Parts: sequence; structure tokens; C-alpha cells
Amino acid sequence: MAQDAGMFMVHQTIGSVLCCKCGIRMQPNAANMCVKCLRSEVDITEGLLKRLVLVHCPECESYLQPPRTWVKLQLESKELLTFCLKKLQKNMNINKVKLVNAEFIWTEPHSKRVKVKVSVQKEVYNGAILEQSYLVEYVQQDHMCESCSRVAANPDQWVAAVQLRQHVSHRRTFYYLEQLILRHGAAARAVRIKQMDHGIDFYFSNRSHGNKFVEFIGKVAPVKSRSDKQLVSHDSKSNNYNYKYTFSVEISPICREDLICLPPKAAAILGNIGPIVVCTKVTNSIALLDPLTLKFGFLDAEQYWRTSFKSLLTSRQLVEYIVFDIEPVSSEITVGGTKYVLADAQVARVSDFGSNDTQFSIRTHLGHLLKPGDHALGYDLYGANTNDMELDRYKGYIPEVVLIKKSYEEKRQKKRAKARSWKLKSLNMEVDDKIKVDEDKRDAEYEHFLKDLEENPELRFNISLYQNKDYQPSEVASVTEDDGEPIPSVPDDELLAANLLAAEFDDLDLIEDGDGEDNMAE
Amino acid sequence: MATRLQFENNCDIGVFSKLTNAYCMVAIGGSESFYSVFESELSGVIPVVKTSIAGTRIVGRLCAGNKNGLLLPHTTTDQELQHLRNSLPDQVVVQRIEEKLSALGNCIACNDHVALTHTDLDRETEEIIADVLGVEVFRQTIAGNILVGSFCSLSNRGGLVHPHTSIEDLDELSTLLQVPLVAGTVNRGSEVIAAGMIVNDWTAFCGSDTTATELSVIESVFKLRDSQPSVIVDEMRKSLIDSYV
Repeated sequence: MAQDAGMFMVHQTIGSVLCCKCGIRMQPNAANMCVKCLRSEVDITEGLLKRLVLVHCPECESYLQPPRTWVKLQLESKELLTFCLKKLQKNMNINKVKLVNAEFIWTEPHSKRVKVKVSVQKEVYNGAILEQSYLVEYVQQDHMCESCSRVAANPDQWVAAVQLRQHVSHRRTFYYLEQLILRHGAAARAVRIKQMDHGIDFYFSNRSHGNKFVEFIGKVAPVKSRSDKQLVSHDSKSNNYNYKYTFSVEISPICREDLICLPPKAAAILGNIGPIVVCTKVTNSIALLDPLTLKFGFLDAEQYWRTSFKSLLTSRQLVEYIVFDIEPVSSEITVGGTKYVLADAQVARVSDFGSNDTQFSIRTHLGHLLKPGDHALGYDLYGANTNDMELDRYKGYIPEVVLIKKSYEEKRQKKRAKARSWKLKSLNMEVDDKIKVDEDKRDAEYEHFLKDLEENPELRFNISLYQNKDYQPSEVASVTEDDGEPIPSVPDDELLAANLLAAEFDDLDLIEDGDGEDNMAE
Repeated sequence: MATRLQFENNCDIGVFSKLTNAYCMVAIGGSESFYSVFESELSGVIPVVKTSIAGTRIVGRLCAGNKNGLLLPHTTTDQELQHLRNSLPDQVVVQRIEEKLSALGNCIACNDHVALTHTDLDRETEEIIADVLGVEVFRQTIAGNILVGSFCSLSNRGGLVHPHTSIEDLDELSTLLQVPLVAGTVNRGSEVIAAGMIVNDWTAFCGSDTTATELSVIESVFKLRDSQPSVIVDEMRKSLIDSYV
């Protein structure tokens, strides 16, 4: 400006004038009145709301945001302040005052009053801006919100139920699903979870929660679902209908490591791979591998349910074999992230080993894993008694033994049961008392599941593992195996460090410093 | 001694009237009470003239004058000019000037010896002012405002200026005008001094909104209190008592 242009500017001292009302000396301002006189003249808080009502639900500590939403807010929190100020905003805009500052004044919680000191500014007289603070009192009225009143009226009330079923004789899938659900928090909105025969029931208070859960399951497992609704009550005047919704979700009975004899229709979809296939992976589609030719195929849920076939042999029927000789036939092939090598092998059942000379010459897809002297688990088609019509109809070559995986049983037995360095959380499930539960079988299954997790890193991908506080690493120091490879175990870096999930799972210990008891339910 | 009054319920009496040491001009219309206040204060001493200028009532802001002369804008009609020449005393020179800025009351603030003018006034006008009013002319601003006639009120004994005037400006103006100056307000904090009050050497009139504080400031700076008879007696008494003891 003029000063920058190099002009000489005289320094201006502001003189003082007398306030036109009270006569005290003051700096001149737009109104030429001292602040006290101005305040006494004008009350800018005139016409502003000073007393308001907040509707509060004592059960769930939430406040009503008209017309129908309830928001959960803590006393003396920033969100409550924003909520209170929103109610004043419209009134302030009408009166042309500007909100400058607001803060809470402490009140007793049981006084049912929330006091907020608000500072506002308004232009008066001709350009003079006056700032004034005043107190707004909010009266807290108690009124139960709809969801709490519904819960109070009938605590077992549910609106949507999801019935998850899988008709197989083991519960491995459900253990895995449980961990997945925990990891993604899909059952966070469930009102109740109940364990049933061959499945789990989830109850929700809202149809959309149930629907979301069903979609989540649909993404992680091959399922077929249908939904139904049942009328509970009906208000003819307002035409409101209350329903109970049920979703019936059936998971396909094909599991990992199952042996399947494909019906001709399914084989045709998959490019005519051999009728005997091994299921290698189940996500929302089923991955099938032909062990003799290393050809693979994928069936997604829809395709599977169109040609719904059952598995021939399941992992219960796995038999242990010992490998005498192995000779790779093909080079390493990667299928869906896992390597396979086709190999010819000489195997014998461990039960035959030493007692008779029965050996089998077979082709296996585990050429990359097995070495002579290894133990492997596989299906004994030679000695099995199957009831499968497809198998009977098939005229071609059926292998006698299909090896599935390498067995670490021997090495595990040497170690004996030692505590693992990691553990899992579990869902809060009710167990139906009426069903007889075989405790030993359950425990053995769970142990098997944990071993599975140890051996397969890809299974662990979607699961949260936590460090076990009780694990004593010193005991294990002596375990550096000298007989070849160590048994598979979970490397430490896969265990969850203190991260975002820590906040929820505060009764489990995480890598840094745990602060709770070790109370995993088994 | 300052009087409070209103013109038609409006406190800006400096707009509708003009007061000098030799005459007083008042707008037509309004109630007779406005006129009668002036009459009661001033009749017998100086003539109180009812007039309009350019057909309007805002006589105070359109003309500028002192005891020596009166300047009128070019919009003044001949009849008004004649009427004024007839009504005012003979020693007052009434002159109509051709000036682009026709609100002379807003542009010129003067007393009997010195005048402050708007910075953009014509050179010829400045000469005419010096001639007709017999004053020394200074182009000035007050608190950054060029309408010096609106924001300051001058008499031969003092002056009241815009409240935001800085101390340096006050000093400068004071030396130019050779009278004491004070920054203050009139009509309850209004900054437009000349619109709110009119003053001459012995009396002043203010809008009725003027507070007591403002009134006391006006009376002290224009030295109106001292002209009260009681004050003179008190001073005399003081000197008499001195001699007693």
C-alpha cells in the first residue's frame, strides 16, 4: 500500500474518547459506547433458546434424534456437544447470531440436566460486534427407545434367523467358519448363537443383519440358501406387518481332502477329468484335482448344487501308508498356488508293513513332498467298501491308493502333547442340552483342526491367531529336531501383534503385553 | 449552554439548520416548536431566518458560512437567494458559487477565522471562500474522511471532531485551526458531528439523543459553561473572599 510505495506515513496513535453513556475514557469503537454500556443496552441473547429437551433412553444410553434415530452418546463428550449445538443452530441462524464457543458446565448425572455455556457474536448498531456468553440448559427426559422396549418386552425376540447346516459327520467346517466369522466380525449383530446338530443357528434382530450374514457366508463357502417369512402381527390401520424371517443355508458336504467320484455330468462340466478326484480347497467354489493327471477344475456353488454329488471317502477314512520309493514323472506344476509333482510311488499300508508284503504301485500328485521312508495319509480304494453308484458304473481304471498328504504323526508322538505357542478365540455359542454331545469326539476333532491349521499356511490366511501367554519357549528349545524336517508349526510373525483387533479381544494376550486372563474356551 | 431538540422526531438537527455568530437559518416545514426553540434562545440577538435551499429542507448541509458571509450552491433558486439577501444582516455577503460539490455544508467547516475544506474542491471556490468568508483555507481530512464539513463542528472557541481521529491528527488540526479540539460523539455515539449539533460562540443545539456525557464534552470544549452567569459570580466571589482574608 502507500507504505510499501515508500511514502512517509505518520504513526497514528488512536486517541481516547468518552463513552457516550457513562463517560469513562475508552478507545473509540463503532458504537462509541464502552462494552458495559453496550451490553446493558443490547442483549444479543434475546430470542435465543435457553431451555431444551433431550430425550434419553436409560437402557442403552442413547439420545433421540428426531424423528426416529437413536444415537449412542456419552455424557460430556464431544459428540454430545455437537448434538446439543445442532438443536440451537436453526434458532441462531434466524436471529443472525454467530456461534463462537461452547463448553459443558458440569452437572450431577442424576440431576437430568445438561448445561452448556455458549458464546455468541452479533453485529449491533453499525458495525460493532458484541460477544456474549449465556447458559443453555437441556432437560433430559427418559424414554425407552424402541429396540430396548422390544427387548424388554420379550428378551428372546428375534426377527431374522439364519440356520447354517452341513450334512457331514464332522464339524471341521464349522470350526473354520467360526474363526472366519470372528475375524471379520460378521456375527457382531447376532442376538443369539446356538449350536445345533449338524450346524449352527444365528439369531438377529433385523432382517438386513441376517441377510448380510448370509451373504458373508456365501462368499466363504459354497452354499445354497432359501428364505422364508412368517407373519407375527399385523396392524390393519397403519398397514404395518411384522414378520419373522428365516434363512436356511446349506453348505455343500464336500470338504477339503475328500475323495470324490464325479458323476458324468459334473465331469463333463470340468473337462472330463478322471472320475476319481481329490478336493483340494473349498472357498466359495470347490477346487478339484485329478491325482493321476494333475488336471484341476473349479466348481462354484451354483454348478455344484446343480449336480449335487457326495464325497466317496472323507478324511475319517484316511489310512496311513509308508513310502518305499518315489520317482517323479513330471515336472513341477503349480495349481492355484500349490506345487504338485506327478510321481510313481511304491507304498504299503502301515498296518501291512512288517506283517505281509502287500505293496501298491501307484501314481501320486505328492511327488514334491514325499521321500522314501516318509509316512503319508491316503485313501485305500483297494480295501474300501463303498456304496457309490457312480463308482460301480465306471468301467475304467480306478487307482488302488490315492495319497492325500504327508503324515507327521510319528514326529508328533515323539513330541507328545505340548502347549502350542498360539491359540484361537471362539464364538459365544449356546449349546442345546437336549442333544447328546460326545466330548471326546469333539476334542479329537478340534485337535485335528488345530493340527490342520499348523500344517496349512493357506488355511491360516483368513484366521486371527493369538499368542498363547502360557507357552513356555524354553521347554521347546530342546526340540530342534535331528531327524530331518521339523514338524510344521506356526511361525511367530503370523501371530497377531497388538493391532486394531486388540481392542476387542482384550481378554486374550497379544504379542506386546497382555492384560487379561487366558480364557480360551475349548 | 447546550439545548437538546428534535426536528420532526429526527435527532439530526445539524442537517436542517445552520448557526453562526451573526444569523441562524432554519428549514421550513416541521412543527413550529423547532423554530420556537431557536427563537427563544436567539431572538433579539441574531435574526432567525426560515428558508429552503434548492427547494429542499437540508439547509444545514448545503450552505456554509460565518459572520462575514454565506456561500450557497448553484442549485439555489433566485427567490431563495433574494429572500436570504433580504433577511440576513447587511454585512453578511451572500454569494452563490458554481461548484461541482454542491453540498457545501459537508465540504466546508469554518469559523470566523479559518476554514477546512474537502480536498477535491476547486481552486476558484477556495479563493471565493477566502474572499467572501474572510478566512484562511486549509484542505484537510479528518480521521481519513474527506467530508470535513460533516465530521467536525467548529466555533471560534473550540471544535469537536470524529471520535476515531488519531492524536497526531488532532494536534495537527489544532495547530492549523488555533483552537482546542476534542474527539467525541454526539446523539448517542453518532460519529457525524456536524449533522447532530450546531454551535456558535455562546450557544449550542444538539439532537435529543445526546447523552449527558456528550453534552458535558460539548459544553467544555466550546466553552459554553463559562458564559453562565452563576459561574461568573462564583469567580468574583472567590476573588472577593481572598481579599477578606
